[in-house]
Amino acid sequence: MGRVGFFTDTSVCIGCKACEVACKEWNAVPEDVLGFTGMSYDNTGGLGASTWRHVAFVEQPRRLGHQESGLAEAAALAGRDRPDFRWLMASDVCKHCTEAACLDVCPTGSLFRTEFGTVVVQDDVCNGCGYCVPACPYGVIGKREGDGLAHKCTMCYDRLESGQEPACAKTCPTDSIQFGDLDELRERASRRVERLHEAGVGSARLYGHSPADGVGGTAAFFLLLDEPEVYGLPPDPVVTTRDLPSMWRHAAVAAAGLLAALTVLSWKGRS
Amino acid sequence: MHLHHFRAAGVSVVLDCPPDALPAILHWGPDLGPLGEDALGHLAAELRPRPDQTADSPIRTALVPEARTGWAGTPGLSGHHEGENWSPAFTAVTYEQAGQSVTATATDPHARLGLTVTVELGPSGLLRARAELRNRHESPYTLDALNLVLPVPGHTADVLDQAGRWSKERIPQRRPLTVGTHLRENRRGRTGADAATVLFAATADLGFRRGEAWGLHVGFSGDHRHYAERTATGRTMLGGGELLLPGYIPMPHAHRHQRLEDFLRADAPVKGYWADMPAYLVSLLKAWWGPSAQPDNDFRFGYLPRLTGSHSHYDTVMAQLDGTCKGYLLLGENPAVGSANARMQRLGMAGLDWLVVRDFNLIESATWWRDGPEIETGELSTAEIGTEVFFFPAAAHTEKDGSFTNTNRLLQWHHKAVEPAGDRRSDLWFMYHLGRIIREKLAGSADPMDAPVLDLTWDYPTSGPLAEPDAQAVLAEINGRDAEGRPLSGYDRLRSDGSTACGCWIYCGVYADGVNQAARRKPGAEQDWIAAEWAWAWPANRRLLYNRASARPDGSPWSERKKLVWWDGSAWSGFDVPDFERGKAPDHRPPDGASGVEALSGIDPFIMQGDGKGWLFAPAGVLDGPLPAHYEPQDSPVTNALYGRQRSPARKLYPHVHNRYHPSGGEAGASVYPYVVTTYRLTEHFTAGGMSRSTPYLAELQPEMFCEVSPELAAERGLTHGGWATIITARNAIEARVMVTERMAPLRADGQVVHQIGLPFHFGPNGRARGDAANELSAISLDPSSHIQEVKALSADIRPGRRPRGPALPELVQHYRLRAGITERTGTEA
Repeated sequence: MGRVGFFTDTSVCIGCKACEVACKEWNAVPEDVLGFTGMSYDNTGGLGASTWRHVAFVEQPRRLGHQESGLAEAAALAGRDRPDFRWLMASDVCKHCTEAACLDVCPTGSLFRTEFGTVVVQDDVCNGCGYCVPACPYGVIGKREGDGLAHKCTMCYDRLESGQEPACAKTCPTDSIQFGDLDELRERASRRVERLHEAGVGSARLYGHSPADGVGGTAAFFLLLDEPEVYGLPPDPVVTTRDLPSMWRHAAVAAAGLLAALTVLSWKGRS
Repeated sequence: MHLHHFRAAGVSVVLDCPPDALPAILHWGPDLGPLGEDALGHLAAELRPRPDQTADSPIRTALVPEARTGWAGTPGLSGHHEGENWSPAFTAVTYEQAGQSVTATATDPHARLGLTVTVELGPSGLLRARAELRNRHESPYTLDALNLVLPVPGHTADVLDQAGRWSKERIPQRRPLTVGTHLRENRRGRTGADAATVLFAATADLGFRRGEAWGLHVGFSGDHRHYAERTATGRTMLGGGELLLPGYIPMPHAHRHQRLEDFLRADAPVKGYWADMPAYLVSLLKAWWGPSAQPDNDFRFGYLPRLTGSHSHYDTVMAQLDGTCKGYLLLGENPAVGSANARMQRLGMAGLDWLVVRDFNLIESATWWRDGPEIETGELSTAEIGTEVFFFPAAAHTEKDGSFTNTNRLLQWHHKAVEPAGDRRSDLWFMYHLGRIIREKLAGSADPMDAPVLDLTWDYPTSGPLAEPDAQAVLAEINGRDAEGRPLSGYDRLRSDGSTACGCWIYCGVYADGVNQAARRKPGAEQDWIAAEWAWAWPANRRLLYNRASARPDGSPWSERKKLVWWDGSAWSGFDVPDFERGKAPDHRPPDGASGVEALSGIDPFIMQGDGKGWLFAPAGVLDGPLPAHYEPQDSPVTNALYGRQRSPARKLYPHVHNRYHPSGGEAGASVYPYVVTTYRLTEHFTAGGMSRSTPYLAELQPEMFCEVSPELAAERGLTHGGWATIITARNAIEARVMVTERMAPLRADGQVVHQIGLPFHFGPNGRARGDAANELSAISLDPSSHIQEVKALSADIRPGRRPRGPALPELVQHYRLRAGITERTGTEA
């Protein structure tokens, strides 16, 4: 099988969070911190060691396409000036980058790239050094309190190996999460964006689909209805190890220069 | 205002008809002229009895006076249930007006007596009153007297009636009307010289030329009594009724002696498929009582338990509170969170002798006696609660065989994956073994009361280490068998002669050919889009009811794309199972006088209706029909903009000290509860949370009770996002975290800005995801036809901060009730 991925079409996400639950059930991910966040209906907060799918809820004073919320009209009748309203929901997940910084920095080989092109962390190899955590440009991977090891989405590696789609995509009732061959998904996503533009949703755009971006494109990419920042996604992610080769080059030049200087100094001293 | 004013031939009658007491006559006398509603109200306020030198409320004498109101004169109703219930309390009354006549249908929920009183003013000015008593209690009621009593003014001075013998049988006798009773009784079985005929109360100046007189006659052929009674306080009444000799009428239970034939005659319609009800009912009796059910014993129709009134959930709670309901089984229900007026649910359970809870977790309905909200407030104390509570852990669906029936009527079978761990058992296991043990204890009993249990067919095979009953055997019994024991293929095979047995006619066919049709799992890709071979839908594996309506009258589909069934020239066929007689052509018209299914024509798709038509105008079946109308909710901050009447006159109320209603709209005190509460569900939790609030993966997604308010309301009440708020109604107060969101918009209704408070209803104090239950706030007020509780819209107040703890909580709620001037009458008008 070639490289696979997720196409998460947030325009049809209904915020049911079934992906979060299915992910935890299948992968036996433990319960997270329990508490009311006040962030609309999102009490998960964000991705982390014990949250591999996260559904964001964004409330905006703006209309979605031709959708009528009725809230502005109701408020107007009550003498209140309210702009319109839309509720954006989006299921976030590990991007499985083409150029994955977590993979680059892992000293133990716990993080590896699978035959499906995905990036997986093996907790029986991980030594808990935590280098991968700041390396991720998206803040996906985290260290779990308790076992001290790094954890993140595996794209259900075990399911892929037995020909099953990942649990989140399997459970998604609206097909907001679609799993499949990455090239085919990218084509499908482009067509979907065109259709949404035709339908009057001019703000629809893809995120992470382009191999030309700072991480070489991602295997998990998204159709968003607003700027990435609105969903808590970095607008221009760059693989944090991008400058490592040049840094090594600079370091080598500096080291060579230092060596030359030392040589000169010692030669002079001898004379 | 519950007043009626009738006028005829110079006579006026003003009737007071409150929903919580029997009707009373405020004025019976000279014509008062036409009175507007206001004038009538003022007049009634004057006419209502004044306090009789007592410190408490005035004594009200209804047409059938009750001792419980403080009336110390002759009571209207005397009788008893074997020594009990001798003082009736008719507290729930509905009224029906027709012209100059009002019929009051009253219930004494404790004594389970029904009393119907009709008052009518005829065109000649004659006032006619009738009363009918019905016993719905399981004990016989010994009726000693039922009198109707009419008030006359205190300035009447003389009592006048007729007496004499032989040719002078109707000679008037007149004497002063003094304190005490002037009683005339007739005991001869016919109206002779000893009968009063007409008993008058008259003014002192009554003569042939002037004066006023009020007369009363008992319209009964003999054995009756007339009396004039004046109390020490001057209250004067004329009364009368039948004279019943001791033990004359022990009233049996209303339905106890009803026969199968009478029941079927009363309930089965003449046309449509319900006309086959005899076949369904006899087959049901055969399934339950097997060989014991025979034609000569009415197929054991007499074994069926009888309704003795409404036994719905909320009536059961009322019966718990008044002590008549002693035991309660909760199988997968959590009324302490999920039912309206959650506090009243718990107080009801505290009045039980025993309570059985079967659930996955220790839900609130299982632990209220040790850590419920009333323990915290001090209203209940564990040591003083007499209820014995049994908790039985329940097996999950993965731990048992059985079926799910979804709202699409689809029965989907599930198989046991693992044995239930620990003490967990299936509902089927519990019910079967409970029945088995009861039958073992009763074995050999000759008491006829035990025969319905001993004669039951209760012979399901069991297997495994837990002796789990075979769920498929139960399904097969529900499906039904013919005389040879072969599974029935469908409900059209059912017969009323006792040759078929079927546990539930709508499920007939689910075990056709001896195959569990509900367990079919043919993939969708291998069949057409109707997927008829996935599981089984009741009835007859039909996926869409009334699907004849998907075709035009001529039998061709309305839509090629959405077609379900069609007439192919000789029969109905299609993707779905036709919900129509297969061979009935679209042009078929029934002959005159046809009945049952044959009375339906080829263009009558709604086959369960007597006329086969869909109804927009529904003259039968709904109590608030025939067309929908708008009434405000029971508790509403606004006045009904469409009708003069604020609340639905047909709604079902439960006035009770724990279930007070709010003033609404323009009623005084309505502004104490100025906001609208609406309740709803969250995706992450299931109903009262018994299954979801203890599940970590769901609890973390919605971990805590919250309320949703608009930025405008937050500003008005000083609520902060993420902080706490207290929400208060006349029933209780709760606290919730505050979510300020633009999703909540202020509304304009009745010319004012109305703010809403959104509350998810799942939370309760137990489990992982916790909080106060929204149902602490709601009142029990039901829609008249389906008895659904009105918890989607009510009024409330909200203020910042957490709610008080301990006794300060009921004090806060009481303070609000006082401010709003709430009484037992608030919001209870008909």
